[in-house]
Amino acid sequence: MFTGGTLRLAIPAILLGFCVGVILGLARLAQRPWIHYPAAIYIEFIRGIPLIMVIFWFWYLVPIFLGRPVPEYWVALTAFVCFEGAYIGEIVRAGIQSVPRGQIDAATATGLSYIEMMWGVILPQAIRNMIPSLVTQFIVLFKDTSLASIIGMMDLTKAAQTVSQRELRPFEMYFFIAVIYWVFAYGMSRLSQWLEIRMSPERSASCG
Amino acid sequence: MLLSGFFVIPYEFRWGVLWESPHGLWILDGLLMTLKLSALSWVFAVILGILFGALRTFPFPPLRAIATAYVEFFRNVPLLVWLFFWYFGAPEVFPASVRQWLIHHGMEFWSAVAGISVYHGARMAEVIRAGIQSIPKTQFEAGISSGLSIPQAYRFIVIPIALRLIVPPVTNESVNLLKNSSLAMTIGVAELTFATRQIETYTAKAIEAFTAGTLIYLILCLSIAYVMNRMERKFAIPGLIARAERAEH
Repeated sequence: MFTGGTLRLAIPAILLGFCVGVILGLARLAQRPWIHYPAAIYIEFIRGIPLIMVIFWFWYLVPIFLGRPVPEYWVALTAFVCFEGAYIGEIVRAGIQSVPRGQIDAATATGLSYIEMMWGVILPQAIRNMIPSLVTQFIVLFKDTSLASIIGMMDLTKAAQTVSQRELRPFEMYFFIAVIYWVFAYGMSRLSQWLEIRMSPERSASCG
Repeated sequence: MLLSGFFVIPYEFRWGVLWESPHGLWILDGLLMTLKLSALSWVFAVILGILFGALRTFPFPPLRAIATAYVEFFRNVPLLVWLFFWYFGAPEVFPASVRQWLIHHGMEFWSAVAGISVYHGARMAEVIRAGIQSIPKTQFEAGISSGLSIPQAYRFIVIPIALRLIVPPVTNESVNLLKNSSLAMTIGVAELTFATRQIETYTAKAIEAFTAGTLIYLILCLSIAYVMNRMERKFAIPGLIARAERAEH
C-alpha cells in the first residue's frame, strides 16, 4: 500500500502550508507597505501559475543552485507549501476581514497588544469563518499531492502507474486508487461539515 | 556565471533558446494547444455544471441524488488520476472500433478533454448550485406580487441577480481549469507546459524555458481576472451586492 507516500506528503504540507498561509494573510493585511506589497505580489504571482510549474521550478532549479540533486520528497513538499500557502493566505485574509471591525476597536480599547488581539480575539473568530474554505483547500492540496508522481515520487498515483504497467490492468488500477482518494477527500469534507456545526456560536451558546 | 549571495552558480543564461528555430514554434504551438484544450473543456464543463448544478436544486429527490453522486464522486478524486483513468483505463473497455478511431484521432487530446470536463464540470456544478441557492427567494416573490409575470420576474429580477452572484466564482473556476490543463502534459498532450519541458530537455536551459512558460500562464490568468473584475465592478448593483464596493484591503 502506497497511501503512506501520499499521506507522508499531504499531512506536513497541510500543516506547513497553513502556517505559511496565516503569515501571508496577516502580511497582506498589514499597514506597512513594505510588508503588504511583497505578500500581495507573491500571492497574485503564485495564483496565476499552475502548480506543476512551481514543482518544475524547484525540481530543475534547486539542483542548479545547490549543485547536487535533491530528493523528490523535499522538492514536492517545498513546492506544495509555497503554492498552497498563497491560496491559504487569501482564505485567511478573507476570514480576518469577515470579523466585524468593532472587535478590533474593542480589543484595542481594552488595552491588548497586536499579538494578543490577533491571537485571543480576531483569529479564533476568523478561523471559525474560514473552516469551510480552509477544509476545501486542504482537500485540494490532498488531491494535488498526486502531482508529486510527475517528478517520480512514490505516492499512490505513482504506485498505480507502476503496477498497471506491470499487470496491464489500467482500468481496475486507476479506478481503485480513485476510490482510495475519494474516501479520504470525502471523509475530510464530512469532517468539515461536522466541525462547522460544532463550532458555530449558536450551538456553543446553547450548550454552555 | 551568476553570483547570488555567497554561491557561485555554474549556469550561463542564453535567452536565445526561446526563439531559436524549433523552440519558438514549440512554445507557440503549446500555447495554442493550451487554449484549444481549455476552451473545449470549458464549454463541456459549463454545460455539465449548469445541468448538474441545477439538478441539485431540483425538488425531486432521485434526480438530486444522481447529481450529488456525480459531483461528490468526480470532484473528490485528483484530476491527474482522472486523466490517467480516461487515457489508460477507459479505452480498455471501449469497443475495438472506437479505440482504433481514438488512436488515429489524437487519443491524448480527447482523453484530456474528457478528464478535465468531467472533473471541472463537477466543480462548476457546486459553484452554480451555491449561486442558485444564494438568490433570495423573496426577490422573486416581491417581483410576482408587484405584478410581474413569471417570465418577467425571471428576466428582470432572478437572472440579473443570479448572473452577478455566479459569474465571479465561475470565473475563478475557469482560471483554475486553464491552469489545470497543464496536467494534460502527463498523458502526452503537447500543450504549453509540455513545450517548456521539451525545451528544457533539448537545451538544458531550465531557467529560460520555465520563465517563458510561467510568464505566459501568468499573463493569461491575470488578464482573465482583470477583465472579469472590471465587468463585475461595472455591473454591480449599488447597495445590493457589496462585493464590488468593498475596498480592496
